[in-house]
Amino acid sequence: MATELSPARPSLLQRLWAFYDSDLIWSFRHSPMAILSAALLAIVAFTSLFAAWLMPQNPFDITQLYLDKANLPPIWIEGGQMPYLLGTDLQGRDILSAIVYGSRISLIIGVASVALSMTIGVLVGLMAGYVGGALDNFLMRIGDAVMSIPTLLVAILISAIFRGMLPVDYRDAAAPLILVVALSLTSWVVYARMIRAATMVEAGKEYVLAARIIKVPRRRIILHHILPNVLTAALVTATLNLGLAVLAEATLSFLGVGMPSAQPSLGTLIRIGNQFFFSGTWWIVLFPALQLTLIILAVNLLGDWLRDALNPKLK
Amino acid sequence: MVAWRSAALAAVLAGGLVAPANAGTLRWAPQRDIVSMDPYSFGDTFTLSVLNHVYEGLVRYDDKLKIEPALAESWEVVNPTTWRFHLRKGVKYHDGADFTADDVLASLKRVSDPTSPLRGNVPSYVSSNKVDDYTVDIVVTENYPLLLNDLTNIHIFDQGWLVANKAEAPTDVAKGVEGYATSHANGTGPFKFISRKPDAETVFEVNPDWWDKRKHNVDRIVMTPITSAATRVAALISGEIDFTNQAPLQDIPRLEASSDLKVLSNSELRTIFFVMNQTPKAFESDVTDKNPLQDIKVRQALYHAIDADAIQKVVMAGLSRTTGSLVSPAIPGYVPELDKRLSYDPELAKKLLAEAGYPDGFSFSFLCRNTEFVNEEQICQAVSAMWARIGLRPNLNLGPTTIQDAKFDAGQFDVGTLGWANEPMIDSYSILVQVVHSKTGNAGVFNWGGWKDAEIDALIDKAGATVDRDERLAMQAKALLRANELSMFIPVHQQPMAWATGANIESVLQLSDNKPRHWLTRMTE
Amino acid sequence: MLLLIIKRMANAIFVILAVSLLAFTIFKFLGDPVQLMLNPQATQQERDQLTERLGLNDPVPVQFAKFVFNAARGEFGMSYRNQMPVMEVIAQRFPATFELVLVSSVMALLIGLPLGVFAAIRGGTVMARVFHLISMIGVSVPAFVIGILLILVFSIELKWLPAFGRGKVVDLGFWTTGFLTPSGRAALVMPSISLALFQISFIMRLVTAEMLEVLRTDFIRFAKARGLKARAIYFRHGLRNCMMPVVTMTGMLIGDLIAFTLVTEIVFQWPGMGFLFVQSVQYVDIPVMAAYLMIVCCIFITINLIVDLIYVVVDPRVDQLVRGGGNGH
Repeated sequence: MATELSPARPSLLQRLWAFYDSDLIWSFRHSPMAILSAALLAIVAFTSLFAAWLMPQNPFDITQLYLDKANLPPIWIEGGQMPYLLGTDLQGRDILSAIVYGSRISLIIGVASVALSMTIGVLVGLMAGYVGGALDNFLMRIGDAVMSIPTLLVAILISAIFRGMLPVDYRDAAAPLILVVALSLTSWVVYARMIRAATMVEAGKEYVLAARIIKVPRRRIILHHILPNVLTAALVTATLNLGLAVLAEATLSFLGVGMPSAQPSLGTLIRIGNQFFFSGTWWIVLFPALQLTLIILAVNLLGDWLRDALNPKLK
Repeated sequence: MVAWRSAALAAVLAGGLVAPANAGTLRWAPQRDIVSMDPYSFGDTFTLSVLNHVYEGLVRYDDKLKIEPALAESWEVVNPTTWRFHLRKGVKYHDGADFTADDVLASLKRVSDPTSPLRGNVPSYVSSNKVDDYTVDIVVTENYPLLLNDLTNIHIFDQGWLVANKAEAPTDVAKGVEGYATSHANGTGPFKFISRKPDAETVFEVNPDWWDKRKHNVDRIVMTPITSAATRVAALISGEIDFTNQAPLQDIPRLEASSDLKVLSNSELRTIFFVMNQTPKAFESDVTDKNPLQDIKVRQALYHAIDADAIQKVVMAGLSRTTGSLVSPAIPGYVPELDKRLSYDPELAKKLLAEAGYPDGFSFSFLCRNTEFVNEEQICQAVSAMWARIGLRPNLNLGPTTIQDAKFDAGQFDVGTLGWANEPMIDSYSILVQVVHSKTGNAGVFNWGGWKDAEIDALIDKAGATVDRDERLAMQAKALLRANELSMFIPVHQQPMAWATGANIESVLQLSDNKPRHWLTRMTE
Repeated sequence: MLLLIIKRMANAIFVILAVSLLAFTIFKFLGDPVQLMLNPQATQQERDQLTERLGLNDPVPVQFAKFVFNAARGEFGMSYRNQMPVMEVIAQRFPATFELVLVSSVMALLIGLPLGVFAAIRGGTVMARVFHLISMIGVSVPAFVIGILLILVFSIELKWLPAFGRGKVVDLGFWTTGFLTPSGRAALVMPSISLALFQISFIMRLVTAEMLEVLRTDFIRFAKARGLKARAIYFRHGLRNCMMPVVTMTGMLIGDLIAFTLVTEIVFQWPGMGFLFVQSVQYVDIPVMAAYLMIVCCIFITINLIVDLIYVVVDPRVDQLVRGGGNGH
C-alpha cells in the first residue's frame, strides 16, 4: 500500500485528498458496517481516554466507594439516583464508570498483547525465514509446541506462574502486565508462521539477491527490504486477532485469573455481577456484557473489512 | 417471553427435564464440597456436619444443643482425671461389624496421633483404657470440664475396618499414602455412604438398621456442591435441588417470593472478627522499622473506622447481628457488657492515627478468604474502603481458604479475618484457649496475631481446670472483657445462616450451630 | 511417506517434551509442595524428610527426567486437595467433558457446514449478508455471556432446562454417561450450545471462504459449462474440494472445544475436567494442574497428528500447506 512519491512533494492537502481518495478509504466509505464499528470504537477510545473527566467516579479508587450507594438500579428504574446512570454494584461502584474504566483496561491489554505478540512473531518469522536451517527448525518446533497447547490453558498457567512468583504487594499492580505477557506468549506463532513463509518468498526474489551480492548487511536486508513487504499481512492478522485478545482477557478475568476485583476489567465485572445475576441486580452483569460483546464485534467487523479491502481477491 | 413457542418447545423437551424428585431423595447443594470422607482429616465444621450422617460420636447434641447419649449410653466421672463411658450394646456398623470398646480406643488413638489434624479438638486427652467390651475409661488433664463437648464430634471408626484397610493412622498426604478412609466410610450413623466424586456428587442411603428411632423419611441423600451462588439459586428455583445450607443472602427476597421455597435464616454461633498481627515488625508495610498494630491507638483507629451498620444493612442484607463481643450471646461465657462496640467515628480514627504518629496512615497487607465466611470477600472490600478513607492503605489479598489459612498460620499478614463458632465445644473456652491464649503447647493454635498477655493466659488456664460451671464462666467472661479492653480483635458481627428448602421438604431442623441434621428432616410424602 | 510419518511422530514427541517442561515449571514455581502437603505444625525434620522423599534435593534435570518418566506411566502423584491419586480424579471427570465436547463438535459441524455452503453459494444476496453478520456475532459474544443468558431464559424464566450439572447419569463401570437418561440429555443442551456457538460460526466462516475460493476455480466453471446441475456442483465438487482445510479445522476445533470447556463447565457447574482444572488453579493443586495440562495436550497433539496423517495419505503434495496451519493459499 505504499504510495508512490512523485519528484515534487505534494502539498498536505493533496496528500490528504489522495489518502481520502485511496482504495482503502473508498472501500471504508462504502462499508456501513466498517463505519459503524469504527465509530463505536472511537467512542469507546474517547471515553476511555478522558474517563477521569467524563465519569462521575473513579471505580478503582476505593475511597470513592460508599456502601450507602450500593446496589442502586439504573436511573430509569425506581430507586435509581443521579449521577449513577447505569446503577451501582454491591460496593457502591458506579457501573457506567466501571464499564468505561474496564473497557480501557480490556482495550489496553488487548492492543498491548497483540502488539507484543506481533513483534515477537515478526522477529521470529524473519529470523526463521531468512536464516533457515537449524535455527528455522528449532524456532518452528517451539511454535508447534505452543500451538499444540490450547491458548486459554497456557494463558491461565502462565498467569498463575507469574502470580505465584510475585510478592502479594505487586500482584494486583502487575496483573495487566502479566495478562499481556501471558496472551502474547501464546499467540505469536500465527505471525511467525506467516512472516516466515512470506520471508522465504521475498528472500528468493531478485532484489534481495542483488542486495546480498553488493554485501548489504543481513540485518539491513531483513529490516529495510523484507520487513516492509511482509508487514501488511501481519497488520491485517493483528486486527483480526485483537478481537480474540480482548475475548481471551475477558475470559481469563471471568475465570478469576485475570484482573483483580479492585481494578475490574469487563470480564471481572461480569464475574462479580454473575454472583448476583438472579437476585434482581441484573445491571451489574448485563451492561458490561453488552459493552464487551460490542467491542469485540466492532473489532472483528473492522478486521474483517480490512482483510477484504486489502485482499480484493476475496471480495 | 417467547411464549408462543413455549408450548412446542416444551413438548419437544419434555420428559423429566425438571422432573419431580424420587420420593425420599433429598437433593442437597452446598456451596462447596466436604474436604474428605475421613472425619479426622481436617477440622472443618461443615465437613464434620456432613460426615455426622455416617459416623457418630459417643455423645451428641440434641435439638436444643444439650448433650445427650449417642454411642455411649451413660458415663460418670471416676476421679478428676478419669471418665468412664458405658457403651451402647447391639449397635452395628454399616458393614455389619459390632460396635465395641476396641473401636473407641482405636478411634481415640487415631484422632490424638501427633500427625492428626484434628488433635486440637481433644486438647485435654491423655489416654484411654478398655475396662470390658462395653466400658471405656478416658483419662484427661485434671478437672477438665468440657470433655463431653469435645466428644460430640469425635466420630467413632470400626477398629476391624481400620486395620483391614491399613487406615489406623491418620491419612498423611505427605507420605503419598492414599488414606482408605479418605474415600470410603463405615460408620454407625443414620445414613450409609454409597459413592463419592469429589466436587461433583456424594451419595448416602438410609441405614435401615440404625440403633436410634428413625424420625426422618429421607431414603437417599445426593449432595452436589454448586459453587456459583447464582447457579445455586437457579437450581433451587427450577426445582433441581431440594435443599441448600448456603442460600446467598442477596437472593433471599427472591427465594422467599417463590411460593414453593422456604428460607430459614437466623444468626449463627460464628462471630467474624479481624485479627491484627503483633510481630515486632510489620509483615508488609511502608512502616518497616516497627509494627504500628502494636499500638493500641492504631488498633482503636482501625476499629473506629468501621461502619458496622452499613455492613449489616448492605453487605449482609440486614441479616447479621452486629456485635462488639467475640462470642455470640448463645455461647456460655457471654455477658452483655461484651457487646459494646467502639463507635463508628472516622474523625476520631484519624485523630488516633495522628496521635500514634501516623497522620498520613500506612500500608499493610489485609488477608481474606473468598470461599469461607458469608460474603467475606465483600466485607473485606467494604472495610478496605473504610480504612482507605481514614488514610490507611490496605492491600487486600483474597484467596481460597486452604491457601490463605496457611499464610495466616505462617504469620504472613498484617490484618485478616477470622470467624469462630466455638464448635464443637459450644463454650467460650474454645475461642479463649485456641485463639486468645498465647501459643503454648496445645493452646493458642489459632492465635495468629501472636498475642501474649499474662493476665488473660492465667484466667484461661484456671478456667480449664475449674469444674464449677458458673465460676468457670465468670473467669472466661473476664478474659473476654480484657481482650476487648486491649482491642486485641475487632469484632464485626455474628454471621447469618440462611438455608433454603424446596417444595419437597416438609421440615428441617436448623440450630444455631448451622449444621444440617437430615436424620431429623421430613420430606413431603 | 514412511519417512514423513516418522518425522511427524518425532515432532509430536518433541512437542510433548516441551509441554512436560511447562508442566514441570508449574511444580517449580507455583508453590512449595512441602508447604502445601504438610500440615502447618510440621517440624523442620518432617519438612526435610518430605523434601528428600519427593526428590526435591536432586539436581533439576534429574527431577525433570523423573517427572517425564512418571508422567509417561500416568503417575502424577496425589491431588493435594482431594487426597486421591490424580489420575483417578481425572478419570472420574473425563466422561463428562468428553460427552460435552462430542455433542458440541457434532453440532458445530452439522450446523456450521451447511450454513457455510449456503452463505457461499448465495454470495452477495441479503440472506448471505445476514448470515455473515450472524456468524460475526457468533464469534464475538463470549461463551460465558451466552451461558449466563441461556440460564436466565431457559432455567430461571421458562424452567425448561436444568441450570447445572449432568442430570442423572448411568454408570457403566468404566464410564458414566448422560446420554441414556432424559435428564442427562436435557442437561447437555445448554452447555453444548454455549460451547458450540463460537465453533459453529467459525466453521461457517471458514467454509464460506473456502467455497468461494473453490467456486472461482476453473474446474467448477468447466462443470458449469458442461451443464451440470448447480446443486451437484456445489455439493459434489465444491464442498469436496474445500474439505481438506475443514478436516484440519475440525482437528483444531476439538482441541479448542476441550480448552473452552473450562469456561462452559464453570458457568454450568459441569462436573468435568475443565471445572476440575479451574478449581485446582484456585486451590494451587499443582499435581492436578500438571496432569490436566499433559493430558489435554496429548489429546490435542494426537488429534493434530491424525489430521496430518490423513492429509498426507489423501494428498501428499499439500504437505507444506498443512504445516503452515490452515488455509495458506
